[in-house]
Amino acid sequence: MNIMPAAMAAILICMCLTLARLLLGPTVFDRLLAANSFGTKTVLFLALIGFLFDRPDFLDLALVYSLINFVGVIAVLRYVTFRKGSDVKERAE
Amino acid sequence: MISGLENIASFVLLGSGIIFLLIGCIGLIRFPDFFTRLHAAGLIDTLGAGLILIGLVIESGWTLNTVKIIFILFFLFLTSPVSSHVVAKAALTSGLRPWRAEEDNGTSRSKEELP
Repeated sequence: MNIMPAAMAAILICMCLTLARLLLGPTVFDRLLAANSFGTKTVLFLALIGFLFDRPDFLDLALVYSLINFVGVIAVLRYVTFRKGSDVKERAE
Repeated sequence: MISGLENIASFVLLGSGIIFLLIGCIGLIRFPDFFTRLHAAGLIDTLGAGLILIGLVIESGWTLNTVKIIFILFFLFLTSPVSSHVVAKAALTSGLRPWRAEEDNGTSRSKEELP
């Protein structure tokens, strides 16, 4: 009746699907969205690991990951947006 | 009896969180456009993560771990709408237009024109 291994397996399947979207996303924003979603799933996976293996230290790691994920997405988005030739229409031509 | 109730509540919350996570990932793969995929990713960020973390809160009882998980939940609920909004706004300002089911008028560009 323990659901945590099933939850971890489901999160791993979701991570594989998100990684597929990250690899074959047409625009850079699709890849960025997939990276953000992958970070959220990493946080959930770390929290579940902390409970399953009875090591609550992993919750601190999950907390740090949830903050670094946000800062990383903002930083990459700033690099992508304020770059020469970042217009999607310009690059299509 | 209380412990059994807690187990059932955490089981139900974790299970529904998993279901929402899988639905969001299938949407992230199968939706045709960036903005529709944003919708699916929002489902993962709010409902999937929220239900799984609330299930873990019920599982942990009243310890320090509860406070840590509530902090994770708080930061996730604070940062994920902000990052979704920022990514959507950057995509919109860089020229990406939402996908339409049928291209009846010439104003909305088709998906094939975009990289």
